[in-house]
Amino acid sequence: MESEFIQESKLLIFRITEEIDECSVQKIRRKADYEIERYMPKKVIFDFNRVTFMDSAGIGLVIGRYKIVNMIGGKVEMANLNKSVEKIFEMCGVLKLIPITKLEEAV
Amino acid sequence: MFDNEMKLEFLSKSNNEAFARITVAAFASQLDPTIEELADIKTAVSEAVTNAIIHGYEDKTGVVKIVCKIKENELEIQISDNGKGIENVEMAKQPLYTTRPNLERSGMGFTIMESFMDSIEIESILGIGTKITMRKTIKKMEENLEEDDFANSLRG
Repeated sequence: MESEFIQESKLLIFRITEEIDECSVQKIRRKADYEIERYMPKKVIFDFNRVTFMDSAGIGLVIGRYKIVNMIGGKVEMANLNKSVEKIFEMCGVLKLIPITKLEEAV
Repeated sequence: MFDNEMKLEFLSKSNNEAFARITVAAFASQLDPTIEELADIKTAVSEAVTNAIIHGYEDKTGVVKIVCKIKENELEIQISDNGKGIENVEMAKQPLYTTRPNLERSGMGFTIMESFMDSIEIESILGIGTKITMRKTIKKMEENLEEDDFANSLRG
């Protein structure tokens, strides 16, 4: 996962580059939490552009970050979801909490 | 008699999850599935294998077995472990039910397997292990095309 922080808008972008499963999610989670604590962003966007696979581990990942970011008064959004990733988030109601956004517009 | 069959055994280490789902997908690809069907199969396999590793064996290391069979255009996937078993299968199948909320487990594993595959059977005996059998019929290319034609004709 790569991250980028845009100071002016206090926007933190997480570009996930790996397949998301129980194995990879622990490392992603650790890095994401570290960056959130470091930058205290107003908004966090997960960019799924390079995610070729995701199972239910991805649900825990975004909901967990949502809770943390919510606590510091920030918002979480997701961008560039492929069909199967969107299907999983849709199925369990994540999209009601964390909306899909267009990354270009947000930046 | 099945048209084709393969067996796979590996240690219950979470870095084998990708290996397991990619291998099953490679075997399933002889049925000419669409990219979406293949993604569904990989996700369902990943959920079942994760369950075997995280819940079945917990901190111990055991062996996860996968048997895949193809008959005509149906794929059958059996994923089994000799772990601790599921105490209450009906409860485990409920959406959002998890025994490990502290690990950010979503409790959506069985729900995803159920909706991504055509059918799922769960056999589990406490202290003996769990066996998940999932089936999915892969539509023939012509059927997919026909469906597209039909959809297009509706759009006019």
